[in-house]
Amino acid sequence: MTVVAVARKELALYFGSLFFYALAAVFLVLAGYRFYTNLGFFVLMGGTDVARGLWQYQLLDVQGLLLVLVPLLTMRLFAEERKLGTLELLWTYPVRDVEVVVGKFLACVAVVVLLVAATAVHPVILTRFYPVPPGPLVAGYGGLVLLGAAFVGCGLFVSALTESQLVAAAATYGILFFFWMVTWNEAALSEGSLRLLLPLSLFDRFYPFARGAIDTRDVAYLVLFTLACLAFTLFALDTRRWRGLR
Amino acid sequence: MPGEPALEVRDLRKSFGRVEAVAGVSFRVGAGEIVGFLGPNGAGKTTTMRILAGIFPPTAGEVRVAGHDLVREPLACRRAVGYFPEYAPFYPDLGVQAYLGFVARMKRIARAAQAGAVARVLAACGLDGVAHRRIGALSKGYRQRVGLAQALLGEPPILLLDEPTIGLDPAQVVEMRELLAGLRGERTVFFSSHVLAEVAALCERVIVIARGRLVAEGGPGELARRLGGRRRIVLKVDGPPAEVAGALGAVPGVLTVEPAADGFVVEGASEAELARAVGEAVKQRGWTVLELRHETPGLEEVFLGLVRDGPHSA
Repeated sequence: MTVVAVARKELALYFGSLFFYALAAVFLVLAGYRFYTNLGFFVLMGGTDVARGLWQYQLLDVQGLLLVLVPLLTMRLFAEERKLGTLELLWTYPVRDVEVVVGKFLACVAVVVLLVAATAVHPVILTRFYPVPPGPLVAGYGGLVLLGAAFVGCGLFVSALTESQLVAAAATYGILFFFWMVTWNEAALSEGSLRLLLPLSLFDRFYPFARGAIDTRDVAYLVLFTLACLAFTLFALDTRRWRGLR
Repeated sequence: MPGEPALEVRDLRKSFGRVEAVAGVSFRVGAGEIVGFLGPNGAGKTTTMRILAGIFPPTAGEVRVAGHDLVREPLACRRAVGYFPEYAPFYPDLGVQAYLGFVARMKRIARAAQAGAVARVLAACGLDGVAHRRIGALSKGYRQRVGLAQALLGEPPILLLDEPTIGLDPAQVVEMRELLAGLRGERTVFFSSHVLAEVAALCERVIVIARGRLVAEGGPGELARRLGGRRRIVLKVDGPPAEVAGALGAVPGVLTVEPAADGFVVEGASEAELARAVGEAVKQRGWTVLELRHETPGLEEVFLGLVRDGPHSA
């Protein structure tokens, strides 16, 4: 299975690089710090609804951290290979573009899942002191994974467009922040454009998950967004190839 | 040409925007042949190689690799080819063996055969000692060997090698050349180079391109003969250079006189006549010939001649 071979190689490169461990450490420390402060806030305000009072804040914070983390994970996926010239070598092997794209995507998603799963240590600790209903958490973490996969898809696509990792990261931030901020100031938008833009907001799709609800429309949106990114990636690779660009 | 063609290229063209890098090249390489692909930098060698390797499709023309059409059956073509790119690129953070294991899986070598295939190319390329080192930590010579190892992996019948000896030190060049010579008869080898000695030593046939067009095709000796019509002597004379040059130029049969390192290079139509006529002319003026030797143009000059003058049909 060449998809597995590509994914294994990507995982070996992630786990063999210091950059990854630095990134993972920053992510986990910040997630832990936010849990500490959110828990403090929850206790102080005498919260009773753990799903709305604690997890909603915590999951939204982890979402923000993912927004910072993922572009740094995806930037190298194609840009580095293009810069090194290894991408060209890949095209000389009997593999289809789609196998390479899917292999890289799965490897990066696996890394995101691993990091998100590591933050599950927080509710596990909490269960020792306070009753934690698992249902809303499962929804929240499922949402984080879907959102993470969408971020990875976006980053993968951008990485396929350039040979500069910095450009890839910057452009991915640009796109993701656009999808985040698009509905921030609803008052500034006309009703028509709001109606057009609101469904585009990647992050509005995450709110129900953070509150412990799974809506199939949100799931479908995130999955479709991801698949569209993968299709764009394939298209980008193919176009550059036909034009003979490195 | 022996055997069925392993590579068949017909009117190949490739444009990058407005620049036509390959402008209608046609040639065939028979199975089991070792063929050199020569040309100055920017001639279109690497572009042609990349097309044959499947990296990007041609703009126009037909390419068949091991009997398969490159555009319609890309995977079948790639299965038949091992490609060694110029400036062998790698993942610097992977170990040699891990990297070759990855390539083995990418080449769809059966799982049970992967370890054996990797071990064979490690041994064949002299990489046993560094199998667990990071590629980024290897010397240039070893990295080139890793490049050759990934091309050889899976025993593809056709090897496309783009400047396999570039950047190597002389000892490594000899090693690489021996490695390639060892493949004679087993594989079809199509390799580009601008080191002419290498081509002369290894190849039965040479294909020369310049400015995106084929300028010559033939055995290295045959090409040398074809352009070796002119005879040349190198001469040292103890006379005033300007006068000597003038006198030499006036000798019948002399075509050109050019000053060289403390002497002159004289070209004419016939070797024996040329030496005698020049010698006598010098003696008549009362100067002395300090040195006189014949020179045959090497492949180097044949190549330069071809590239400068344009097409010479085979």
